Amino acid sequence: MFLYALRRLIYLVPVAFGVSLLVFALVHLAPGDPISAIVPPDAPKEVVDKLKEYYGFDKPLPVQYFRWLGVTLTGDFGTSIGTGRPVASEVASAFGNTIILAIAATTLAFTLAVILGTAAAYAKSRIVDRLVTLISLVGVSVPHFWLAIVLVIIFAVELGALPPMGMGPENSTGWRLDSAHLAHMVLPTIALSVIPLGVVTRTVRSTIKETLSMEFVTALQAKGMSDAKILRHVLKNAAPTCLAVMGLQAGNLIGGSILIETVFAWPGTGFLLNSAIFRRDLPILQGTTLVLAGFFMLLNLTVDVIQTMVDPRIKRG
Amino acid sequence: MTIQSPSLELGTALVQPIAAAAGRGYWQSVARRLRRDPVTLVCAGVLILLVASALAAPWLGLADPYKTSMIRRLYPLGSPGHLLGTDELGRDMLARLIYGGRLSLFMGVTPVVCALLIGGLLGITAGFVGGKTNMAIMRVMDVFYAFPSVLLAISLSGAMGAGTENTLLSLTLVFIPPVCRVSESVTTQVRGFDFVDAARASGAGTLTIVRVHVLGNVLGPILVYATSLISVAIILAAGLSFLGLGVKPPEPEWGLMLNTLRQAIYVNPVLAALPGVMIFITSICFNLMSDGLRSAMDVKA
Repeated sequence: MFLYALRRLIYLVPVAFGVSLLVFALVHLAPGDPISAIVPPDAPKEVVDKLKEYYGFDKPLPVQYFRWLGVTLTGDFGTSIGTGRPVASEVASAFGNTIILAIAATTLAFTLAVILGTAAAYAKSRIVDRLVTLISLVGVSVPHFWLAIVLVIIFAVELGALPPMGMGPENSTGWRLDSAHLAHMVLPTIALSVIPLGVVTRTVRSTIKETLSMEFVTALQAKGMSDAKILRHVLKNAAPTCLAVMGLQAGNLIGGSILIETVFAWPGTGFLLNSAIFRRDLPILQGTTLVLAGFFMLLNLTVDVIQTMVDPRIKRG
Repeated sequence: MTIQSPSLELGTALVQPIAAAAGRGYWQSVARRLRRDPVTLVCAGVLILLVASALAAPWLGLADPYKTSMIRRLYPLGSPGHLLGTDELGRDMLARLIYGGRLSLFMGVTPVVCALLIGGLLGITAGFVGGKTNMAIMRVMDVFYAFPSVLLAISLSGAMGAGTENTLLSLTLVFIPPVCRVSESVTTQVRGFDFVDAARASGAGTLTIVRVHVLGNVLGPILVYATSLISVAIILAAGLSFLGLGVKPPEPEWGLMLNTLRQAIYVNPVLAALPGVMIFITSICFNLMSDGLRSAMDVKA
C-alpha cells in the first residue's frame, strides 16, 4: 500500500512539471508584456527596462522558467503587483477561507447525496426514485452562480433573514465559530453544494442499483440475512466508485468556487483570483492557480490511494 | 458545472461492439427509440425553438435590443410594450433574452464541436496507434486533468483577457482532454475485438478500419458525452461572461445580463433572475437529451 502510494507520488512528478509549465505560460499568454500592465504607458524606457531586469523579464524564456521554478519551489511565489505583499501569504489566507466553505459544502452535499441516492436505489415506489432523479438533474443543470443570486434575493433581500455577502460582521477579521459567522456561511454553502449534490446523488443511485442486482445480494437474501446487514455489504461494494466521484467533486468545488465567492464577496481563492484578473496582477493569478492545481493533484492521489485501500480488488501499478 | 468523466479506470465496458454490417439497422433502431421517448422529444422541441428564435430574432418584430432609455429603466414584467420589462439601461428584456440566445448558444456549442474534432482525433490516434504515441498524447492530457475544469477556464481567460474569441479558445482547451480520454479508451477497447483482426485479415486498410469499425463504435459514446458537455459549456461560458471575462457589453448575452442586472436585485428581483432561467432551461434540456441518447444508444458511461 505504502509502495503504491509512493509510486503514484513519483508518477505525479512529470504531471507536476507540465502543470508548472502551463502556469508559467499563463503570464506569457497575456497580451503585451507583463511589465506594461504595471507602468503607465508614458513611462520612460529606462524605467521599463529597469523593471524588466528587476523581474527578470529581459532573459530568454527557458531561463525565466527555470529561475521562476527554482524560486517557486522554495515557497516564494513572488510579490503581488497590486498590494506589494508576498503572494504566498495572500494565497494562504484566501485558501483557508475557501477550505472552510468547501468543508461545509462537501459535508452537506455528500451526506444528502448518500441518503437520497440510497433511498432512490431502494425505493419501491417510482415517485421517490423520480423525485431524486429530478433533484440530481437540477443539481447538474442549474447555473450555480444564478442560484446564488436567487438565494440572495429570497433570503437576504425579501426575507432579510440572512446576510447577503461577506464572511462575517463588518468589523470582524478572519473567521470564528460563532453564530454571526455561521449565518454568513449558510447561503454560499447551499449554492456551492448543488453541483456535487447532483453529481454524487446520481452516482450513488446508479452504483447501488447496480450492486443490488448482483448475485451475491440474492445469495445473502436467500440465506436469510437481514436487510440492514445486506445494506452494509452493498455500501461496501459501492463505496470505491462513489469515493472516486466524491474526490473529483471536492476538488472541482474548490477550483470552481470562484463564481460563488464572487457573488457573496467571500474572501477566498476564487475572490482573490477574480480581483487579480481585473488588476492584471499576474503573480497572484499564477500563485493561486498553482496552489489550487497542486491541491487538486494531491487530493486526487489521496482519493486513489483510499480507493485501493477500500477495494482490494483494484490492483494497480 | 463540472466535467464528469465516465468511470474509465474501473474497467467498465463503454461499448458493446456494433457489427459494422448492422450499422444502418442500429442507427434506425436508435431513431425509433428516440421517437418513442417523450422527454427527449420535448427537450429537442424546446431547444429547436430556442435556436430558431435566436436565429430569426431580427424578423420577429422585437424591440431593438441595444436601444437604451433613461426614463424607462427596470420596468417590471408585463409592462405595456415591454412584455418582460426593461433592464438597467431601459432596453427591452424580451428582445435581449431572445437575441442573447445567439451568443449564449453559440458559445456553448462551438467549443464542444471544436473539442470533439480535435480531442476525438487525438484520442482515436492515441488509442489506435498505441505505444509511445499513446503515452505522449495521454500524458499531455494528464497535465490538463490536474486542473479543476472551472479553474483552468478562468485562469486561461483571465490571462488572455476578456473577449468572445478568448472564451471560445479557453473553453475548447478545457474540453479537449475529457473528449480525448473517452475516445481513447473506446478506441483501445474496439481495437482488441476480433472483428478488427478479421477486417485486417480480409485486406482492409488502416483508414477503412478506423472509419468503419472505430468511428462506428466511438460515435455513440462520444455523442452522448458531447451532449452533456454542451450543457456544461453553456453554464461555463455564461459564468465567464458573468465574471466579465467573456462577452463584452453592450452585447446581449445571458451571463453578462445576469451580471449587469445584479444591481437591480433590490428594485426588481424577478427581472434580475430572468437570464438565469434561460441558462437553466437550456442546460436542463441538453442534459435530458444526453440521458435520452444514452438509453436509446444503449451506451454505458
